[in-house]
Amino acid sequence: MTTTNPALIWAMIAIAGAGTFLLRFSFLGLLGRGGDVPAAATRALRLVPAAVLAAIVAPAVAGRGADVDLATARFVAAAIAAGVAWRWQNVGLTLASGMVALWLLQAL
Amino acid sequence: MTNPRRAAALAGFRAVLPIMVGVAPFALIAGFAGVDAGVSQVQTVAFSVLVFAGAAQLAALELIGRDGATAVVVATALVINARFLMYSASLAPSLRGLGTGRRALVAYLLTDQAFVVSALRYEQREEPPGTRLAYFLGAAVPLWIEWQAGTVVGAVAGAAVPASWSLDFAIPLVFLALLVPAVRDRAGVAAAGVAAVVAVAAGGLRLNAGLLLAATAGIAAGYTLATRAASR
Repeated sequence: MTTTNPALIWAMIAIAGAGTFLLRFSFLGLLGRGGDVPAAATRALRLVPAAVLAAIVAPAVAGRGADVDLATARFVAAAIAAGVAWRWQNVGLTLASGMVALWLLQAL
Repeated sequence: MTNPRRAAALAGFRAVLPIMVGVAPFALIAGFAGVDAGVSQVQTVAFSVLVFAGAAQLAALELIGRDGATAVVVATALVINARFLMYSASLAPSLRGLGTGRRALVAYLLTDQAFVVSALRYEQREEPPGTRLAYFLGAAVPLWIEWQAGTVVGAVAGAAVPASWSLDFAIPLVFLALLVPAVRDRAGVAAAGVAAVVAVAAGGLRLNAGLLLAATAGIAAGYTLATRAASR
């Protein structure tokens, strides 16, 4: 639960919103006169989703810093959901299998 | 609206419909993530209206929930959204001829899903910019409505869910569902693997900068691998 001042959260939302719009508008705003994104930048940008998503998921299911623990219901449920995601590539099915696995493991 | 535009808008809607099924749980979780982080429902919905980008919203809310520093929260969201530069550059030549206001509207509504279906259409068909805009809006506007409605429902209903249901676990699960298809080749595996290890190891870092550090390390690792593969 956050203890951050709500006014500061408003500032974060506003800056992130404005920055995101500028990223989206960038080349559209230039009407295509800005040329293309360099190949090296494209290569790096293509990797952003994989890196960011893994950086969010890993500590959430495996723990962080000194609290790493792989023998938890959450880690096992996440592993099962990862298998489902890999096999069927379906958000709803991944969500359902992970939640049901967690509930079953917690009930054991 | 003239006929070809209406037909294009309908075609855009039809193309995005199956994708919308997968977006629904993501939108609900984006609303719930706000509640889970202790952010007000109004601010959670404001996130969806002003940022309108799922992964960035969820990451920012997670950092706010752990009292991350302002600069870290904003930088993390912008790094995740840097991919929009690529989409913007890809669509710009196809939409040449539209006024600034309309291009700004396209920019605001630009998402992974709307980009994918539109880029495919623009590649396959030579159409005037007005028709192309109609196709884009046919796909992007329903996604926008779904995202806002889903966030509101998630934020309101999420507050009523008891903690014993462990619904907070749905947040990493949604990321996992997006991560798996994002890992397409060896460079992607390297990026994800390095990012995961660094994120876990650097989890105790001050200001919650671990996510940003881990993502940067992962991108660097994948980039190095991709560059080597390309030069061979």
